[in-house]
Amino acid sequence: MDAISLIVRSIFVDNMIFAYFLGMCSFLAVSKNVKTAVGLGIAVTFVLVITLPVNYLLENYVLKQGALAWLGEEYATVDLSVFSLLIFIAIIASIVQLVEMIIERFSPSLYASLGIFLPLIAVNCSILGGSLFMQQREFVNVGMATAYGFGSGIGWLLAIVGLAAIREKLEYSHVPKPLKGLGITFIITALMAIGFMSFSGINI
Amino acid sequence: MVLSNKTKAVLLGPLNKNNPIIVQVLGICSALAVTSKLEPSLVMAVAVTLVTAFGNVIISLLRKTIPNRIRIIVQLVVVAALVTIVSEVLKAYVYDVNKQLSVFVGLIVTNCILMGRLEAFALGNGPWPSFLDGIGNGLGYGWILVVVGFFRELLGSGTLLGHQVIPQFMYDAGYVNNGLMMLAPMALILVAVIIWVHRSRNRELYEQTN
Repeated sequence: MDAISLIVRSIFVDNMIFAYFLGMCSFLAVSKNVKTAVGLGIAVTFVLVITLPVNYLLENYVLKQGALAWLGEEYATVDLSVFSLLIFIAIIASIVQLVEMIIERFSPSLYASLGIFLPLIAVNCSILGGSLFMQQREFVNVGMATAYGFGSGIGWLLAIVGLAAIREKLEYSHVPKPLKGLGITFIITALMAIGFMSFSGINI
Repeated sequence: MVLSNKTKAVLLGPLNKNNPIIVQVLGICSALAVTSKLEPSLVMAVAVTLVTAFGNVIISLLRKTIPNRIRIIVQLVVVAALVTIVSEVLKAYVYDVNKQLSVFVGLIVTNCILMGRLEAFALGNGPWPSFLDGIGNGLGYGWILVVVGFFRELLGSGTLLGHQVIPQFMYDAGYVNNGLMMLAPMALILVAVIIWVHRSRNRELYEQTN
């Protein structure tokens, strides 16, 4: 039950894009059409679901203060949390490399359409952000961490697909010249964020 | 010191025509999330400038020895090491601001400006131009942050750097702080307004499609 409410919360209330602005760069760059947006959204969700539990285990059994207690008494006071950033990003970069190889093998068309953005998932802030929020919130077990990763990923997917759909419609509208492209996208995102604000404060 | 034209372009281009945030669309996340007050914006601007500059120098020095296939991991590790240093320094000297920035100090690692500049510039240029490029892009990123932070703090809470600037009699006369400014969406709208003004002054930056 907790896990379900966590998933719903992370999709709507703590949406990665509209509440924390994580992963904005690829969000703005890859949202020109719905198909590519769906592909990238799925890739992000996939990477989040894999990296979060891995980083959770590392955080709780290697990095945190006292986390090494299972090695023996003399390690109980070791605090390696200084290295958490380095470890997290290394794990994320290698898992992204793996996902890239898998997609290239099984879906060349998706690989071609995601193009240069696949390696960019490694530097997508929402992935590292997920791990850092996980560290901050201190989830009780691996399952909760995975649920959080899944929810955040789906929230991100929802946001980018929504924006891409709006931008496809926007082709036919008259936008003031200086606002064309980037400017109007920012304003649309802001309006969507205001919409999502109506979810805030809901307790599930 | 007299700078040649090329160095000048490398250093000053990112401040205007080639700005990382409003033209290259890099590093948006942190620009929006930390700017609800002026002070964290300033700290963030300085931190990103330093990390970009030194990250550029280090990668530029290593550029001939990094195997192409694993370059992204190498770049991330170098940047993560620099960010860890910055975050420890922030914790030691400006603890309150560090608390406000929360995870966003760590997220400098995945700030696209860093990876973008490392990939696009440092891998193909010597250490000194790379250093200038890093400083230039950091400052170009910084001034947007400071402008957004300035307006959000001024209109949202009537203060600047924590000092009251909107006089009390205005409040007595019925002036109210705009609470919406403190919320996330207004940061997006402010950046959009900056883009609007900037592009009306630089017509060559107009985009053809929506």
